[in-house]
Amino acid sequence: MTTQTQTGPDPKTALSSRGGGPRADRSFQVLTLAAGLLVLAVLALILITTTREAWPAFDEMGLRFITENRWDPPSEIYGGLAFIYGTAIVSLIALIFAVPVSLGIALFLTELAPRRLRAPAVTVIDLLAAVPSVVFGLWGVLVVAPKLVPIYNGIHDLLGGIPVIGRVFGEPVGSGRNFMTAGLILAIMITPIITSIAREVFDTVPRGDKDAALALGATRWEMITGAVFPHSFGGLVGAVILGLGRAMGETIAIALIIGSSTQITANVFASGNAMPAVIVSQIGESTGTFTAALIGLGVVLFVMTVIINTVAQAIVRRAEIRMRGAAS
Amino acid sequence: MTTPNPKVETVTASDRPSVSINAPSTGWGAVGVDTPQAAGAPVMDLRDVSVFYGNYEAVRGTSMPIRQNQITAMIGPSGCGKSTILRSLNRMNDLVPGARVAGKVTYHGQDLYAKDVDPIQVRRRIGMVFQKPNPFPKSIFDNVAYGLRINGIKGNLHDQVEEALTGAALWDEVKDKLKQSGLSLSGGQQQRLCIARTIAVRPDVILMDEPCSALDPIATGKIEDLMHELTKSYTIVIVTHNMQQAARVSHYTAFFTAEVDEKQVRHGRLVEFSETGKLFTNPSDKRTEDYITGRFG
Repeated sequence: MTTQTQTGPDPKTALSSRGGGPRADRSFQVLTLAAGLLVLAVLALILITTTREAWPAFDEMGLRFITENRWDPPSEIYGGLAFIYGTAIVSLIALIFAVPVSLGIALFLTELAPRRLRAPAVTVIDLLAAVPSVVFGLWGVLVVAPKLVPIYNGIHDLLGGIPVIGRVFGEPVGSGRNFMTAGLILAIMITPIITSIAREVFDTVPRGDKDAALALGATRWEMITGAVFPHSFGGLVGAVILGLGRAMGETIAIALIIGSSTQITANVFASGNAMPAVIVSQIGESTGTFTAALIGLGVVLFVMTVIINTVAQAIVRRAEIRMRGAAS
Repeated sequence: MTTPNPKVETVTASDRPSVSINAPSTGWGAVGVDTPQAAGAPVMDLRDVSVFYGNYEAVRGTSMPIRQNQITAMIGPSGCGKSTILRSLNRMNDLVPGARVAGKVTYHGQDLYAKDVDPIQVRRRIGMVFQKPNPFPKSIFDNVAYGLRINGIKGNLHDQVEEALTGAALWDEVKDKLKQSGLSLSGGQQQRLCIARTIAVRPDVILMDEPCSALDPIATGKIEDLMHELTKSYTIVIVTHNMQQAARVSHYTAFFTAEVDEKQVRHGRLVEFSETGKLFTNPSDKRTEDYITGRFG
């Protein structure tokens, strides 16, 4: 053993650090962790405070708050089932129209459109997202709804007699302010967001996958179904869920268009109401338990959104495991 | 082995599987049926082929034959245009905006770029295996079945998938896990899966664009052995960076290089095409000799 005359290793070859690297690494880690936790904390706080505010109504109504179809503030009865139904049906109509159109636009822009058409087309679609929702609402109620009434009447005359389907396309309400108009306007509103995400998802499909399909003699459509869709499934579910979230939460446009009546009917041409629209139109004149009930609708909406997101994530995860194999 | 045709050097066009199935359209199916050809007869022919991207001439004036049931290798330094030429043989270049082919590429005497030729039928006859193994994110079975399904090929799907996987020397390794994702396989297995996917639709010619460059030596060896097997039924064109690979597997070799012209623009050019043995032992061009002896590139 040599005697240790040196106080430490040669500075040129020393491996211990003087702080810098690891400390910076650690503080970055803490910072990002804090940012992540902040989101969770905000979400939890929103849920806790709104639930507390809504508690008088929940306490009074119990489960009937979401299972009963009777909204009668003067009698202190707050059963919001009709509004939950309205939100669901309007969102569903919006998705039925918006998803195929959005995916079509996104496919056109990524796979078919000439390069110089892409940028202008994207700008126009993004502009659609910039239109304030109250403008959509006014346009819907003043321009679109009256024009759609004759079409609704035509569809009703054509299909109204058929069992089951006839009930869906029942007698249209005269103003045109109904589930269908609200759903259609919503569809226009959520198309930009679904298109924009779907476009980015399609862009991530590896060139190699598309080439492989084409080299087997696939047409463009076969290439899209064989190579593009399997790769994009998860991302597309995400795009649809974001669109759905926007549709479920849309307030002022729906409040103007949906017709504000408390009823549950299969007839998409009938007027109804939806949770956010009820909140915004009634909260001004509410007090006490009534206010609590309206906040309670907000809590229900929030919980529904969380549930839908969780289910969607589970679906995506399962699909991805199936497609990528156990390896990753 | 369930290779469709066990005869080696005497395969004739009339009993080649690719022409015995019903092609969906346009008379391509009849090609060569009545005229049995000996192995080595040209399946494809390039006459003064140049490929342009916009105004840029990427490869200039290439003429060479692709012979039946033989492996033709294309070698040369990066940027010499060998992959570009390869992609012009099944019209994959069509997909690049601004790409254009001048000169004449014929397949069984038919102009590949004639107006009435359907590029989809071309790619169905002239399949391709890529540099990076690119199985679809689907099950092993569905990967192989994809081409059969889109081309509406009749018959027992499972048998045809098994046959293709056997032909690609992969069946024994995957027969118990056909439902698993193609992406769960190793790189070499993935590449053989891609070959199985290609031969499932029974093309006439298989183009391989550096099929082993992402693989380790053992996996490479397996693919090379497989290529030898495949020549019993298929014509193969392979682009490779690896000269030893070209020397090992190919019957004919085309050496490309990049040249700078009077306007200081780089073009790919075919320097020499001959039998592989001759090209590697007795090249007729100085540039070929420099390249294969390692003095250049």
